[in-house]
Amino acid sequence: MDDFLVSLVSIAFHGAAYGMVLYVISVGLSVTMGLMGFANLAHGVFAMAGGYVMISAMSSLGLPYPVALLVAFIAIAVVSLVLEMLLYSRLYGAGELDQVLFTIGLIFISVALARLAYGTLQQPVMLPDYLRGQFSMLGRDFPAFRVFLIAVSAVIVAGLWFGVERTSWGAMLRAAVDNRGMAQSVGINTRRLFMVTFAAGSGLAGLGGALGAEIIAIQPIYPFANLAYFLIVVSVGGMGTLRGPFVAALLIGITDTACKYWLPEFGAFLIYATTVGILLWRPAGLFGRTN
Amino acid sequence: MGNLHAGGYSANAALRWQESLPWLVAIAAFFLLPEFLNLGARILIFILFALSLDLIVGYAGIVTLGHAAFFGLGAYTAGILSARAGINDPLIQLVASGVTAGLLGVVTGAIILRTRGLALMMLTLAIGSICLEVANKASSLTGGADGLAGITIAPVLGQFRFDLYGKTSYLYCLAILFVCWWFVRRLVYSPFGASLAGIRENNLRMHAIGAPVYLRMLAVYAISAALAGFAGALLTQTSQFVGLNVVSFELSGEMLVMLILGGVGRIYGAFAGPAVYMIAQDQLAKQFPEYWYLGIGSLLVIVVLFAKGGVLGLVDRMVSRIGKGRRS
Repeated sequence: MDDFLVSLVSIAFHGAAYGMVLYVISVGLSVTMGLMGFANLAHGVFAMAGGYVMISAMSSLGLPYPVALLVAFIAIAVVSLVLEMLLYSRLYGAGELDQVLFTIGLIFISVALARLAYGTLQQPVMLPDYLRGQFSMLGRDFPAFRVFLIAVSAVIVAGLWFGVERTSWGAMLRAAVDNRGMAQSVGINTRRLFMVTFAAGSGLAGLGGALGAEIIAIQPIYPFANLAYFLIVVSVGGMGTLRGPFVAALLIGITDTACKYWLPEFGAFLIYATTVGILLWRPAGLFGRTN
Repeated sequence: MGNLHAGGYSANAALRWQESLPWLVAIAAFFLLPEFLNLGARILIFILFALSLDLIVGYAGIVTLGHAAFFGLGAYTAGILSARAGINDPLIQLVASGVTAGLLGVVTGAIILRTRGLALMMLTLAIGSICLEVANKASSLTGGADGLAGITIAPVLGQFRFDLYGKTSYLYCLAILFVCWWFVRRLVYSPFGASLAGIRENNLRMHAIGAPVYLRMLAVYAISAALAGFAGALLTQTSQFVGLNVVSFELSGEMLVMLILGGVGRIYGAFAGPAVYMIAQDQLAKQFPEYWYLGIGSLLVIVVLFAKGGVLGLVDRMVSRIGKGRRS
């Protein structure tokens, strides 16, 4: 019985860390899809790029881990801003198929560039010593790195919630998600609002990719291999919301970890089957608005 | 209209002389390029696959990310029949693959076609992923990650053995593709094809005039699935091996890419796309695999942003420009 409890706690803990990382990566996608209706399949590219930036910043520039994380966030935000202005903005009114193909094209390009620059092997992450050990809490030992992940993600979630619910920028964003035409006509510059939001969301994806590099391995096929999970978080949670993807990411993180532990022969089967069920029950996602 | 094969009542269904070109090229290739027949057979298979995808993406307007599920089921059905049940006759395998893939099309179509937009796309992706998981885990049946080997294929009609040079494979694939092309062409120009174009262009209006939108979509989804199943069976029969990649998301994406490069919503776009893509891949990808994906990705971005209609769209525009030049 005690064994069971121990494994339960450990699954909840590892699952929560995984889910938090998934959320930090996917939340930007939720906003992109909710605000502009843009099906950005290439969102995982930003996460992968964040991982590579962090690893390079540490190994070639010798920056400490927290600074490297910050560099990943800023670099990806800037790059995505340029991409948004040059390419994405041309396709906002376009059909789904065009958006899908355009973003698959971006994935191909990024996979090729990653392979040219770093080779096909998985990149090792050099964690600082203070994150490597164990962290004891309530008489149990927890891996310090997972504790760090959960804590940092929680801070990010709190910051996001504050930004969206308590600032004027957040109010404008919520207004634009609800009704873009109306928001525009009361004088909100939705074009600029979206550029900033897109950059912030992509930067978060980069940060999430860097943070989670130990859980979700940084390798060239990353954007393909993890695409389904990012999309599931957004579509199951409901796009354009903060809360929906958070619940969905935690659910997926914990379910996936539990499946790998207890039912390895089922693989990711349960996740996909649940996704199908939820989307049939509520096509707009658990917390999505149906209008 | 530049697009000759958009289908519907307004289109002229008579055969045009240009439509014999792909078949003339295919027959000429058989005699002139005997060392490339194995590649040729693969191209024909992927043309059939692209044709099936074009039916739902181009004509019915359903954006799917999981079409490889049907191709893969067809491939595994043929492979399992031979390797596990000892049924080696290619035509029996072909029919069985079409039937199983078509049935999967009916079942999954009935589920996914209740939704639209992003949810629909996600469902196709999730169902495709489930099929990949099943193929991976049911290794006693499918061989799992090692792939399914030990497949033997009896001579076609008891007469024509599959040879090393791919002569039989090539002609066999060409014959099957011809039959399927004929069927798809008839379908696109039929009243059924016209109602598909209507659903794609204005879904609400089709509902309003009382068309059975859901049943039409389901029917075309199942037909497309069965055609993809045929293509999968052909791949198994010509390569005598089935790997997990036949059900992968990458394949679904790559097929969309081929279709878009050729031109979507036009029968011969499905011919041009895979032919150009696979010949280029054969020539370039082996030497420079990284640059290949870089090139394809860039090409895709350029096509979406600047060259709608793909290769055939460009041909259309060139032809109409030359025509204008002549008249003036």
